[in-house]
Amino acid sequence: MSQTDQVSPNARKAGRYLYIATVVFLCAWVLVPLYLLFVNALSSAEAVNSFPKSALPEFDLGSLSFFAKFQGILDALKNSLIVATMTMVMSIAIGAPAGYALSRFEFRGKATFRLLILMTRAFPLPLLALPLAIMFIRTGLDDTALGLAFVHTTLAVPFAVLITFSLFSGIPLELEEAAWTLGCTRLTAFTKVVLPLILPGITASAIFAFVISWNEVFAAAVLTIENRTLTAFLLQNLDTTAIHLKFAGGFILVLPALIFIFAVRKYLFAMWGIANR
Amino acid sequence: MAEIQIKNVEKWFGSYQALKSIDLTISDQEFMVLLGASGCGKTTLLRIIAGLETASQGEVWINDRRIDHLAPKDRGIAMVFQNYAVFPHLTVFENIGFGLRMQRRPNHEVKARVERNAELMHIEQLLGRYSGELSGGQRQRVAVARALAMEPDVILMDEPLSNLDALLRLEMRAELKGVLAESKTTAMYVTHDQVEAMSLADRISVMHQGRIIQAADPLSVYRDPAERFVGSFIGNPPMNFLPATPEGGGKWRVAGQSYAGPKTDHTALDFAIRPEDLQPSAAGLAAVVKVVEPLGAHVLVTCAIDGQMFRAVLDSDTKLAAGETITLQPNAGRIRWFDPQSQVLVR
Amino acid sequence: MNARYLPYVLITPVALFLCVFFLYPFFLVARQAFGDGGSGFSLDNFRDIFGYWKFNMTLTNTLLLAAAVVPVQLAMALLMATMVSRMGKGRDLVLYIWTIPLGISDLAAGIIWLAIFEQSGFLNSMMVGIGALERPANLLTYQNAGLVFLAIALAEIWRATAIMLVILVAGIGLIPKEYYEAADVFGASKWKQFWRITLPLLRPSLQTALILRVIMAFEVFAVVAALGGTLFPVLMGETYAYQFDLLNSGAAAAMALVILGISIAATLIILRALRVPKGATI
Repeated sequence: MSQTDQVSPNARKAGRYLYIATVVFLCAWVLVPLYLLFVNALSSAEAVNSFPKSALPEFDLGSLSFFAKFQGILDALKNSLIVATMTMVMSIAIGAPAGYALSRFEFRGKATFRLLILMTRAFPLPLLALPLAIMFIRTGLDDTALGLAFVHTTLAVPFAVLITFSLFSGIPLELEEAAWTLGCTRLTAFTKVVLPLILPGITASAIFAFVISWNEVFAAAVLTIENRTLTAFLLQNLDTTAIHLKFAGGFILVLPALIFIFAVRKYLFAMWGIANR
Repeated sequence: MAEIQIKNVEKWFGSYQALKSIDLTISDQEFMVLLGASGCGKTTLLRIIAGLETASQGEVWINDRRIDHLAPKDRGIAMVFQNYAVFPHLTVFENIGFGLRMQRRPNHEVKARVERNAELMHIEQLLGRYSGELSGGQRQRVAVARALAMEPDVILMDEPLSNLDALLRLEMRAELKGVLAESKTTAMYVTHDQVEAMSLADRISVMHQGRIIQAADPLSVYRDPAERFVGSFIGNPPMNFLPATPEGGGKWRVAGQSYAGPKTDHTALDFAIRPEDLQPSAAGLAAVVKVVEPLGAHVLVTCAIDGQMFRAVLDSDTKLAAGETITLQPNAGRIRWFDPQSQVLVR
Repeated sequence: MNARYLPYVLITPVALFLCVFFLYPFFLVARQAFGDGGSGFSLDNFRDIFGYWKFNMTLTNTLLLAAAVVPVQLAMALLMATMVSRMGKGRDLVLYIWTIPLGISDLAAGIIWLAIFEQSGFLNSMMVGIGALERPANLLTYQNAGLVFLAIALAEIWRATAIMLVILVAGIGLIPKEYYEAADVFGASKWKQFWRITLPLLRPSLQTALILRVIMAFEVFAVVAALGGTLFPVLMGETYAYQFDLLNSGAAAAMALVILGISIAATLIILRALRVPKGATI
């Protein structure tokens, strides 16, 4: 009765080759451009500007060292790091309690709150940098790491709330109740029972917040002038900088992200699966 | 000494009333079972005593302390949950000793109590394992050991055996009864399984739709159900019921037969008899056999009397076939009567 | 454990934060867009931006890019998600590779594709190498508007497919295998199963993926700046220009509201089109 039985073995084999070929092609599609960046970054300045380009890197640290010595770059790198770390800490610190509240309690205004969170995902958030720039000038926060971190946290917090919501929902309330009967207050039960169990997941979402901040361009460009982050620096110098500098900068932008995504890959899908609802 | 007093407790969830005016006293070291179907309020009541829910009104006392406004940890209770709630990130040893560590007891005392209770529950060889490596039955023992290690005034258990397979349930039931008797703790146990209730309880509180219908020792609940519901809930197969009309002078007509009953002026009553209190005999209720189930230990016969379904548990050697007619004589001392309106037992 | 106020205590930090850094600035943007720098409500800013000769092109570019890129990405992401759901060994590795772009800033993506398309870049190298061209061509110029568009589209597809992929993989993971097994028993081919089981049950995930991607598409900024510069004006880039090159905050605010407007419109359309009937979820 099944129609699939009618496929001949040859067609099956062809289908299988096609499948594997497609997978390989798509992997190459992702990896080759990255590799080319890699080549450029690890070549001397002359090689980068030369033509034709070789497909192999020279493993010359010329571009990178030039990059490191370029004025303002190291500061920009430091700023990116500071802002991203602040974002990471803030978004988890205020997002996780909300995620817990959403997963454990029914309360009036819950639906409105969820709507607020969802709305922030639907809104082009970098645009907020514009009015915030004025606000920051008035409050002395403009061109500071903290100011930019506030904006980045606004970007990251919806993810933090929804991800921690799904994490907490995965811990049965019974475990907390058991802890309550065994001598724990709400807080102790949380720290001794819930926290150890979700630590990997919360770390993953913290790293996710870090990457969001690290990669963000528009708000960083708008809100930082003297204390530029790496993305702002590269953007503002797109037209003027030498091309090998751009590639070295791109490489530095990409590398931490590569490492982080590798570290949290297990949790990406768990996070998104339940954050959908 | 741990006597529990529940005074006029009510619980509303929004507009739904889960518990209606519960009054119950549980004596020291008594094993009280709350028995009922899902939704009857038994778990809600247990959780109110544990402190995991707050009563809408009423008081809960343990000895001379009023506890209904206290946090669970301050009530002197320990609880065993239906899904065991064994902490996955701790070893069995750390699980059992969790409450003791919360009380900041010295290491040697924690070690001694953990090992003692682990031995009691026959899991002393599992102390270094994590819950992921344990079977359901083993996890359940950890949960019980953890509660017992607290040496509480009161131990509360929420259907702890219902997730185990039948054979394990049988073994654990016997073990639990022994362990709890020895520990001299007052116990409250929630279940929907009436065999468990009958086996474990000093007293059973049969609950239905938020009320306690009857609180009495197992045999009384079985032999003298306070309401029709109790009779039909307890016992497998449950009680049989037939309508009865008065003949006068304390005699009642049931399916063409006459039986002595209450000398009241009810216009109708429900006649009730348990399936095992019937014997085939020359005279009695005329029944048409519908289904015969030879169950090994006895034969379960489903028949129709006056069109009503009727069950009898007969000797295992009984030979009957569907379609036959038999006459069943009830054991007169075991006949019970219920008011059809109020459902209450009438004497 | 009665904790009537605890949930409110827990959500207050987030709620407050979002009010200060989201709702309030949003209100400021709106006020600035609809004001004339003085008091009164005016549509001057909007008139300004709509009247600017570049506006139509900017709007068209943005919408065209989104229309070109999003369907391609959706198809690719669906394909990749389905393939991954069948994989045995190597699934982890392939999934990691395919989700790498998730962590890559749009600026970095722009730079990466710049390395390929620029005058002394890899594409030129390759084409000269195989003899298709004699000299390296200056690809990203005004004369090759189509090529610029293609370069930007490719960069966007490369960068942002992973986001949809992650959402769809998670969504497919939620579909119980039993549905497919039942379909097998009833004789449905794999293609039919995809159409009749996978796609309908993926509706919530498709909704999320599409909404997120479309909104991000309207916000496209750094990739275009890296590859096209002023050759390919888009809404976000023009907003930036208004604010910093022309120092016209009012116009920038009006542009921001235009972007918001089309984002909301698109969200509503997608929500309607991919509406899931109540109870028809897994």
